[in-house]
Amino acid sequence: MDEFKVNKTIEEINEKIKNKEAVIVNAEEMIDIVNKKGIVEAAKSVDVVTTGTFGTMCSSGALINFGHTKPKIKAAKVWLNDVEAYGAVAAVDAYIGASAVKKEDPLNAVHPGRFEYGGGHVIEDLISGKKIRLTAQGYGTDCYPSKEIEMDITINDLKEATLLNPRNAYQNYSVAINTTDKTIYTYMGVLKPHMANATYSSAGQLSPLMNDPFYLTVGIGSRILLAGGEGYVIYHGTQHNPNEERNKRGIPKTGAGALAVIGDMKQMSEKYIKGASILGYGVSLSVGIGVPIPILNEELAFFTSVKDEEIDAYIFDYGYDYPRKIDNNYGLTNYKQLRDGFITVGAKKIPTTPLSSYFMAAEIAEELKKRISDGKFYLTKPSASLPLSKDYKPMKYPKNYL
Amino acid sequence: MISKKIMLRFPKENSNKPFTSTLSREYNLTFNIMSAEIFPRQEGRLIIELSGDDKDFEQGIDYLKENGVSIQFIEESITINYNKCYHCGFCLPVCPTNALLIEDRNTMKVELHKKECIACGYCVKVCPVKAIELSEFA
Ligand code: SF4
Ligand code: SF4
Repeated sequence: MDEFKVNKTIEEINEKIKNKEAVIVNAEEMIDIVNKKGIVEAAKSVDVVTTGTFGTMCSSGALINFGHTKPKIKAAKVWLNDVEAYGAVAAVDAYIGASAVKKEDPLNAVHPGRFEYGGGHVIEDLISGKKIRLTAQGYGTDCYPSKEIEMDITINDLKEATLLNPRNAYQNYSVAINTTDKTIYTYMGVLKPHMANATYSSAGQLSPLMNDPFYLTVGIGSRILLAGGEGYVIYHGTQHNPNEERNKRGIPKTGAGALAVIGDMKQMSEKYIKGASILGYGVSLSVGIGVPIPILNEELAFFTSVKDEEIDAYIFDYGYDYPRKIDNNYGLTNYKQLRDGFITVGAKKIPTTPLSSYFMAAEIAEELKKRISDGKFYLTKPSASLPLSKDYKPMKYPKNYL
Repeated sequence: MISKKIMLRFPKENSNKPFTSTLSREYNLTFNIMSAEIFPRQEGRLIIELSGDDKDFEQGIDYLKENGVSIQFIEESITINYNKCYHCGFCLPVCPTNALLIEDRNTMKVELHKKECIACGYCVKVCPVKAIELSEFA
């Protein structure tokens, strides 16, 4: 049942990495290679394509264990630099969410609020080794008598500091405009009235799941680069929807697949993770992720050669429709137009700006390429797939182009 | 020929003097007012683009200083900290003059052309990682 002309395994690719014989390119470079050689020759010569993304994802957080104090405490409420973490787990475990705000933050009382400091910043500060004030309260039990603790910690004092993000690396996303007559402050940035600007949030051709649109290689257990350290895909992300409408290239036209990821914060670098204060919206975390795609066959060479102009995205109105959950769109554009700086809606030419860093996505893809080339990063075979699309059949999509 | 954007602050007692007309009449300088504000304590703040011959420009600036006007060149007051900036693009839509822009569509690097900046301070509020500093506007 040989569906493909080229058939490689992850084991073979890892063996090549070990012997420094593997050919690794980033997702931008793969476009040219496939263009020149065709998918079969490209699949023969390239072993791994590296991808990257660095965008703001509120669905992120850190699981920490701060070790037992003397006397012990069953910490029911926990604050890190006055930002509340969720304490209703085991005695000295806590989960700090990226979007938690600081005690007494004025929020949007004076609109648009600044959201100066919150969970995302605590996570960045931990990773950069800064001192953090930890306070906790318990109600006292026979085994955990202490009712209150207060201490300064750094990441080195924590038994575990694990980044645990329920949804990252969204496969594609909406393009946002504002049709109302007022400026709005959203998680899609500042949107000026009368469609005066549009924002978008994907690294397009560099983005992980744009290069493996049917999750053929990225699955549960895939090793990834997470904020500069080694991390893993542990599940599909919340809201993962493999059955979104797809284009001729197999790419969904709006948010579809997503990844839940995990990684050791002690390996991470603040260069690749940043607490974010989003004006009028809240606190968040920008997370850098790199995913390697093994080129097991020519179909994966095809998928990893996707270009910005082949990735479509729907335009939505965040001023009126979105907050009211009105199912309406303002047509499609593609990432070539978005990146070049203008889209058209009706007769109107609208300037576009990104929210997700293409510059850093490229740097992450390069960093991952370097680590694999240096034999410091090996690929893993997923132990189970993410929920798959009903739409997939081997070679169905490449055939549209052959 | 020289042309710079400048922020002028007038002390309360001088805020009614016709500085700008003197600049054009006696020093041959042309100016373009970008913003003008009078604060509660009556101190005035004016952001102008001032242009003219190098020599006239210098003398015009001296004249202002002699009259107790404090002067700040805007291009010297704005900085972008590239240790923090990660080129997300959040700041771009709010910049009224395109001082913040992406020039290279291949790298998508966000750059700051200080000469275009009018010190409105919008980008300082919008930047999610506080990478932009504008002295006296924080
Ligand atoms: S918003 Fe801040 S971090 Fe983002 S591009 Fe502008 S200056 Fe850089
Ligand atoms: S202060 Fe910022 S937003 Fe305002 S003009 Fe200068 S660069 Fe642009």
